[in-house]
Amino acid sequence: MSATIFEKGTAGRSGRYLPPNDCPVEDLGIAAPRRGEVGLPRIGEQDLIRHYIELAGKNYHIDKGMYPLGSCTMKYNPVINEELARLPGFAGLHPAQDEADVQGALELMHRLERDLCEITGMSAFSLQPVAGAHGELTGMMIARDYLRRRGGTRTTVLVPDSAHGTNPASVAICGFTPRTIPSNELGLIDPDALAAACGDDTAVLMLTLPNTLGLFERDIARIVEIVHEAGGLVYMDGANMNALLGIVRPGAIGIDIMHVNLHKTFSTPHGGGGPGSGPVGVAAHLAGLLPVPRVVETGGRYSLSEDLPETIGRVHSWYGNFNVLVKAYAYIRTLGGRGLREVAENAIINANYLMALVGERYEIAYPGPCMHEFVASGKGLKKYGVRTTDVAKRLLDYGLHAPTVYFPLIVEEALMIEPVETEKKETLDHFAEALASIAREAEEDPDLLHRAPITTPVRRLDEATAARDPQLCWRGECVEP
Amino acid sequence: MSYIQNTDADRLEMLARIGAASFEDLLEPVPPGVRAGAPLEIGDPMSESETAAHLRALADRNDPAGETVSFLGGGIYDRFMPATVRYVLSRSEFYTSYTPYQAEVSQGTLQAIYEYQTMIARLTAMDAANASMYDGATALAEAMLMACQIKRTPRIVVPAALSPRVRAVLRSYAVGKGIAIDEIPWGAGGTIDPGALAAALKEKAAAVVLAQPNFFGMIEDARAVSESAHAAGALLVVLADPVSLALLEPPGEYEADIVVGEGQSLGLPQSFGGPLLGFMATRTEHIRKCPGRLISATVDLDGKRGYTMTLQTREQHIRREKATSNICTNEGLMALAATVWLATLGEEGFREVAVQSASKARTLYRMLAGEGSVTLPFGKGFFQEFVMSVPDPAEFVSRARRRGVLPGIPIGADFPALGEGAMLVAVTEKRTRADLELLRDIAAGKGGGR
Repeated sequence: MSATIFEKGTAGRSGRYLPPNDCPVEDLGIAAPRRGEVGLPRIGEQDLIRHYIELAGKNYHIDKGMYPLGSCTMKYNPVINEELARLPGFAGLHPAQDEADVQGALELMHRLERDLCEITGMSAFSLQPVAGAHGELTGMMIARDYLRRRGGTRTTVLVPDSAHGTNPASVAICGFTPRTIPSNELGLIDPDALAAACGDDTAVLMLTLPNTLGLFERDIARIVEIVHEAGGLVYMDGANMNALLGIVRPGAIGIDIMHVNLHKTFSTPHGGGGPGSGPVGVAAHLAGLLPVPRVVETGGRYSLSEDLPETIGRVHSWYGNFNVLVKAYAYIRTLGGRGLREVAENAIINANYLMALVGERYEIAYPGPCMHEFVASGKGLKKYGVRTTDVAKRLLDYGLHAPTVYFPLIVEEALMIEPVETEKKETLDHFAEALASIAREAEEDPDLLHRAPITTPVRRLDEATAARDPQLCWRGECVEP
Repeated sequence: MSYIQNTDADRLEMLARIGAASFEDLLEPVPPGVRAGAPLEIGDPMSESETAAHLRALADRNDPAGETVSFLGGGIYDRFMPATVRYVLSRSEFYTSYTPYQAEVSQGTLQAIYEYQTMIARLTAMDAANASMYDGATALAEAMLMACQIKRTPRIVVPAALSPRVRAVLRSYAVGKGIAIDEIPWGAGGTIDPGALAAALKEKAAAVVLAQPNFFGMIEDARAVSESAHAAGALLVVLADPVSLALLEPPGEYEADIVVGEGQSLGLPQSFGGPLLGFMATRTEHIRKCPGRLISATVDLDGKRGYTMTLQTREQHIRREKATSNICTNEGLMALAATVWLATLGEEGFREVAVQSASKARTLYRMLAGEGSVTLPFGKGFFQEFVMSVPDPAEFVSRARRRGVLPGIPIGADFPALGEGAMLVAVTEKRTRADLELLRDIAAGKGGGR
């Protein structure tokens, strides 16, 4: 059992980290002061480090093994990029410093924006959104303000049923109404059904490319045309951009707005849930609506400009997750144009190879070449009383991480698998063997799967009780139990 | 340099297994007309040392506040960062892990967030805190959406003495739901004018926002604002500086309904303003309306204590357009940093950070009070930051910079009522008496260049 940090200290054990105060501590004159203690731990440094290293040991992470989470693009995070982002010349910058003191930072941002424009074919980028969903929200604000400025009252955003949950949620915050459009039997948007759904009320089609089934929308050119003819905009969720690097430039095929996830495609770490970065790119006619400030270059000098009359305003206190931008920029420089194309090619080869292997024991939801990910189904194991969640939990016993499960919602007992380009063939073989072995176990000893995992720091957790009566804080005292 | 491990031989073998003659076969679903016509023009690959040299050269073109005598604040502060924080953050068990969806192999992240939630709840004296938001500004924007949803009223009241950037973020988030944001001017003391607040509350509002301390650094009469808000049927949303909570009455004790804030001050690098850490705490009755992830303690099948994400039916991956927020990726690693920072300093160390900041800020205030052309429009009722006015901020900043001092943020353009000369000066525990004297001398026009 892991006690909390609050249970591990005792009075007087805290270290003294600050030098003595060299200014007088007179009465601070605070009219309504805090009475009593906050309730923070009192723990010595050695035990504090032991505590967090103990917790570290209970985490699965990329440096430990493969992370085949569909649509999450858990690729290797180059360690050099961590080192570079920590340079005092980056990490020590205050965002309100004089522009003359931050020329290197502004230049890096300007160069990264230009790189993202070249990679995606979009006309301009803002680096301000700090997550994929934040990028979606920013993109929807841009679409909304653009359509309003043109005098329309379009309020419907079409979202395929295979979309990430963030898509309809981002749409709703912006005051739009999401309308689900069903995928056809191939797992794709049906152009005729789309044409029928489009009308005077259509503001935006929000699609993911490749979609969350790992499929490229073959009719993308027609799809874009239909939406544009109806007077709407096309938003592309770039969560799956890893498959398209150097292969498809969304701006060149008529996408109006998109975001990319630097923490997916461009190798920056996920940090156990963040920080991420979700820059938004737009076509030329929307560039004036991007968030401010913009990084502007004039004769080799960089500055931050608020002068953008049609801007949607700000979506973050400052300029986005700068530290993440540094890592993504370093990654792009290291790989270059050729390296990025190799990323996409190898991601696609790895996914198709793994799909062939997994397909031996599991049904593949949509057979045929996939892009960077594919969706298998665990429904064939239901006859043994085994569900996909059991397969996922058993994978943990094999020392592997589970794929994304039960998503996309349109595939029964879904296992959404994205191997990424940095994993080598033997690792994929090993993962496929584990899945095959689990399928055999399901047949022979289903209970083994129901009990799984058994080798992990804890076993299946009682989520129902937690949801009924959430215990969100440690209520005890800060002393040893 | 490439991070791909498969060899040409591997690829041939894999393509054969797939049943494809070449990689081009796999691109069959991508119509030729849609494919990029030419290779990407972003330069050739670089070796690790070339990339490093290029990035170091860019870093060298910056003059970081972290390595000078900085009085810059405005939401981002130059604080002491113990090595423990850097060390834990550099552990790849934390930074290369994903969102803890598979709880059994994510107990490290989950427990750390649970400890973070506990610390935020204790700092704010609220019932519960979530697992983090993007930054203080978006946390306040989400609190606005949450309050308007709870009260089913599309209007909030905010102080005019609010960060202009926070105000801008609120505005862009408010449009979609048609929320009106009305500002209450500050009075002579640089704090909310009670009469103006009362007037603003004659019209129905979902919430009153209290910035504590406000953007000018001034400590508000929180109880009075809370009473006015609640008397008018509005919620009290507090935007709190977390370090100030070592000294100030915590919002839960004056009946705040939602407390948010910028957590950069809790041991995060300044990092040119990102990543930051938005925190949010609330009362039990509102927890199901709260955005973002929540971690709960529970037990496993063997009855062993463990942690899991909970109340996920509020979240976008389950509830889609009916979710309380669209947030997915948050600032988890930054929440870990804050947790380690607070645990390292401990009860006494945390208080000492706040006491040193406040007492040094008061010492500087007294030093500047006597200096020629400097004026101090408001009184001493601040936490660690105050407004001063100088005749020519640009000249003052430039003169100070020549002596290795970043004297403050000019705010006259954002707050014309303060006059063109207004600057915001922040003092943290890292400043020494010698630093304060240096700024005083610069203000007095004494001393030469450095």
